[in-house]
Amino acid sequence: MQNPTTEPIIKFDRVNKSFGDLQVLDQLSFNIDPGERVTLIGPSGSGKTTILRLLMTLERITPVKSPETDGGVIWVEGKPFSHMEKGGKLTVASERYLRRARQKVGMVFQQFNLFPNMKVLRNVTEAQVHVLKRSKDEADEKARELLDLVGLSSKVDNYPNQLSGGQQQRVAIARALAMDPDILLLDEVTSALDPELVADVLGVLRDVAENTNITMLIVTHEMGFAKDVSNRVMMFDQGTIVEEDTPEKIFSDPQEGRTQDFLRAVLAE
Amino acid sequence: MQQEWSNETVREIFPSIWQGFIVVLQVTLVAGIIAVVLGLLVAIVERIAPAGVRRVLSGVFQFIRNTPLLVQVLLVWTATSLYINPDWSAFIVGSTVLGVHYASYTSESYRAGIDAIPQGQWEAATALSLPTHRTWGAVILPQMMRRSTAAVANWIIAMFKEVPTLFIIGVLEMISQAQKYQGQHYTGAVEGYTIAGLLFLAASYPVAVAMRRLEIRLAKSNY
Repeated sequence: MQNPTTEPIIKFDRVNKSFGDLQVLDQLSFNIDPGERVTLIGPSGSGKTTILRLLMTLERITPVKSPETDGGVIWVEGKPFSHMEKGGKLTVASERYLRRARQKVGMVFQQFNLFPNMKVLRNVTEAQVHVLKRSKDEADEKARELLDLVGLSSKVDNYPNQLSGGQQQRVAIARALAMDPDILLLDEVTSALDPELVADVLGVLRDVAENTNITMLIVTHEMGFAKDVSNRVMMFDQGTIVEEDTPEKIFSDPQEGRTQDFLRAVLAE
Repeated sequence: MQQEWSNETVREIFPSIWQGFIVVLQVTLVAGIIAVVLGLLVAIVERIAPAGVRRVLSGVFQFIRNTPLLVQVLLVWTATSLYINPDWSAFIVGSTVLGVHYASYTSESYRAGIDAIPQGQWEAATALSLPTHRTWGAVILPQMMRRSTAAVANWIIAMFKEVPTLFIIGVLEMISQAQKYQGQHYTGAVEGYTIAGLLFLAASYPVAVAMRRLEIRLAKSNY
């Protein structure tokens, strides 16, 4: 659980997000400590994926008038993330500010989203070279190391469409890790996979969880995986946190009716 | 005016029609480069420019697409003829107008190719913090090219066949050459137009076949 002495790596302070008239996040506040692994569960439309997309800057928060007093701000590593500081005031972050800010964050998507025009190796080196300014050799070495870690060192010269979904997703994990993110977002990473391929991907992620101290936010329906890797589970419904606790507590003794209903429905699948 | 077909005339007129054909190829090259490059720029700008610029640009190209090429050629020709050296201006003006006209079509093909790229590609590029020029250069454009190349090439073939329109402002392509010959010899128009038609066929048919092959190859490629 949370340690009160360390500064949270992620802090949502009364964050709002609406799409048109639909309010997806309603004054949402929570903290995440460095190195924590947090699983977000809840029915679809409860705002879990929106939280990840806000942290990846694929969506923008819905701003409030005076963020200094009313919040509506995301903080990462003690600095404003959705906003930027200007003369002691918080204004909504510019595209330029976000470009720097988002480098601490990596994401693995449900649909893999590998670049189909690049071989596996270049999928993993492209951003290393052009964002982190690593030399080609350095990036190659790092990429081969990570592809080895995910069990795909024999596929470096293949194109993504020559790989199975599970292999593509493992490349996507290597690609995200190559950027040395402080925060890794996993958005239903096994939902698009055939059942027999799920185990390999989860196995790789278990390894990553065990061998690194990357902070992870996980949206998943794989409750066994959530139990194994996460320190904390947050149950969402309609853009607010219904209940949060250790996975042991949440899964064996959920307190809230909505959590009980949700878990019953998921486990019956 | 009824005329007998004459093989003698064919032999005599061929060199000047051939010269006209070379001019057609030159116009196609210049106009083709304009259509390919400008169309791409327009498709990209329409995606990244502020809304105001986008509206103006799309209005201008809407106008170009929806008015006849002949009208545009004559309009630009008369509007500029006062200021440009008439010795080479017909070629320049003609090629430019033709190229810009077809850029209005190629930009649509490029745009369709860009729109067909899944949103996830843009999101993956953002998640990796790729700078804008890499997102376009390494991710979007290569995938767009695969989708748009065949359509753009078809526009260029169509454009090639519209080069004779430029005879109206005196570009010495094949129709002008045939008419010039007829003006001097009072014969040869039928032979001249026939040769012109055959040269068009000879040039565009192999290209069309090659394009179909390319289309099939692209469809089978790795992405």
